[in-house]
Amino acid sequence: MTQHEAAGAAKSAAKSAAKSAASSAATAAANSAAPSAAQSAARSAANSAAQSTEVEPLLAVRDLRAWFLTDQGVAKAVDGISFAVREGETLGIVGESGCGKTVTSLAILGLLPNPPARLMDGSSVSFRGQELVGAEEKRLRALRGNEISMIFQEPMSSLNPVFTVGDQIAETLRLHRRMDRKAAHGEAVRLLDEVGIPEPGRRVDEYPHQLSGGMRQRVMIAMAIACAPKLLIADEPTTALDVTIQAQILELLAELRRAHGMAVMLITHDLGVVAEVCDRVIVMYAGQIVESGTVEDIFVRPAHPYTRGLLASLPSVGTPGRRLASIPGTVPSPLHWPEGCRFRARCPSAGEGCERAQELVALGDGRAARCWRVGT
Amino acid sequence: MTKYLLRRLLGAVPLVLGIATIVFFAVNLAPGDPTLYFLSPGMTQEVVEQTRINFGLDQPVHVRYARWLGAMLTGDFGYSFSHSRPVLDVLADFLPNTLLLSACALGVAFFFGILVGTYQAVRQYSLSDSAFSVVLLFFYSMPSFWLALMLILTLSLFARNVWEWPIWFPASGMTSTEYDFLSFGGQVRDRIAHLVLPTLSLALVLTAGIARYMRGSMLEVIRQDYVRTARAKGLSERVVVFKHALRNALLPIITLVGLYIPVLFGGTVFIETIFAWPGMGRTIVEAINTRDYPLVMAGSFFFASMVVAANLIADVLYAVVDPRIRYE
Repeated sequence: MTQHEAAGAAKSAAKSAAKSAASSAATAAANSAAPSAAQSAARSAANSAAQSTEVEPLLAVRDLRAWFLTDQGVAKAVDGISFAVREGETLGIVGESGCGKTVTSLAILGLLPNPPARLMDGSSVSFRGQELVGAEEKRLRALRGNEISMIFQEPMSSLNPVFTVGDQIAETLRLHRRMDRKAAHGEAVRLLDEVGIPEPGRRVDEYPHQLSGGMRQRVMIAMAIACAPKLLIADEPTTALDVTIQAQILELLAELRRAHGMAVMLITHDLGVVAEVCDRVIVMYAGQIVESGTVEDIFVRPAHPYTRGLLASLPSVGTPGRRLASIPGTVPSPLHWPEGCRFRARCPSAGEGCERAQELVALGDGRAARCWRVGT
Repeated sequence: MTKYLLRRLLGAVPLVLGIATIVFFAVNLAPGDPTLYFLSPGMTQEVVEQTRINFGLDQPVHVRYARWLGAMLTGDFGYSFSHSRPVLDVLADFLPNTLLLSACALGVAFFFGILVGTYQAVRQYSLSDSAFSVVLLFFYSMPSFWLALMLILTLSLFARNVWEWPIWFPASGMTSTEYDFLSFGGQVRDRIAHLVLPTLSLALVLTAGIARYMRGSMLEVIRQDYVRTARAKGLSERVVVFKHALRNALLPIITLVGLYIPVLFGGTVFIETIFAWPGMGRTIVEAINTRDYPLVMAGSFFFASMVVAANLIADVLYAVVDPRIRYE
């Protein structure tokens, strides 16, 4: 972890503690007494040690490096990322295809195929204080689908075609909750009802091919929340769905998050989705975090040129007829990340100073960006 | 499903009749005369002619066809020239033995083929994967009669006389000469011992083929999203592979049931001859050599009908394994 990142993390932790204190006390009073940003930062440094046990995040990823050792060379798909997910929050991870979002989520669950994938030395994933990197397979299995569950991009192919949806939901319950066949079946019906599937009593005995894409994603969600996980990792859950269904699924996820008090890690390339449901956002590029901050930070005051590029390529209702902006070029191959700033070749403001490898620069309030220009 | 089955069974009727027709003409239009085999020195021309008339061979071929077909539809397959008894009695003696041997070979082949193929897929590119591939390719390439001879040489002859193993397998017949004097358990053991070598000879080639298909099918399935979902649920690798992946990987393998049963019946012709197994394969070969037309026709007809039945069973199995397939 770099110094900047450390400072940023400490500050953001302190900030959240201050927030929760403020909400429990009289909000107005807390607001009037709100110190300046500089004072807050100074105080947080002093308090962070004392508070560290209290505000320990649900999931802490530190310096995660997931490399693929292939015949063509080493693909550094995820190359040193650190972030935290707090209890009950929704963290968005945004980036283009191939930037390492999905690899990150699979690495957390220990589901990357090894070989060719390897988590390099120093990588750490800590869930409720438990180190997961290098943990026994048995312990990971006890977490998967139980305390951490995951839903995938393709609802059409993520359900097993030869088992009924009820069986597939019940399987999780029987495994982690030790329910008997009948109880698990009943619970599966209840879960289908909870995720908004009409006639759950009939649907429970149907096979995936009898359900639409949106329905199947609801089944995936039912399966994921069956054991009331603390963390739900949703890997592009709406990408393969119709726009109208997308909104419903996002709404459902937000609802379930509130009802169950679980944290959601939402992986997407759709900034609209992020704006709608996330508390904080991480922007990834070329296996690294290039910017992180609250949703407001990212959308109102994007610091990194890549984030600005992503925002500019969103179509806007307000200015019709405008030619849609795009970021020139494509994400480079993870086999050969560019030297220096990895975004340099596509960056409109690239210039002198960008040939150096970039560090994350803390911008206060938990914001950070990987660009030397933002500090100056 | 019942409707579908009925329709398929009805559809099989013209198919089986067509087979019967082809079998009849293939046998009857072949050069040669069965009566020549009954000739003995001193037979007068008159007796030969009388024999022809007795067997109905004096009639033109279309009349014989109509008679044969008519009789067959009533369940009468005629009279075997060489066995001197009704064809059905001959079949009743030999067909069950062939079915026993075929069923054992098929069971062994599918069990080990699926197991080995799955193992290879899970351990893709490992040393054991490559080793199995080489061994399987060997078995796949070797003709079954050669394998049979090698098995006799090693597991029967050498095992008994040279290496003096405690276990060796008999190379001929279905039972030992002292079978009738054995206890019940001894009889069962004796029958199983006699089954081993012919079963292996038939099954090794099939096992190799099935394992190769299974490896490919499993590799395809194991990359699917739903297998990842199963892992993300926290299921153990054993459950992921043998429950979630296996059932999907079996779908293309079912086709092999229909494809391999003709191969299997073809194989019994050689294997039964080598192992002196009293089955249909060997009996048909003998019947062909003695121009025993009724027996050849009936035997071929039954083999062909069983192939039709096997394909029907394979189609039904599809629906059992894959819920997406529904026959209306």
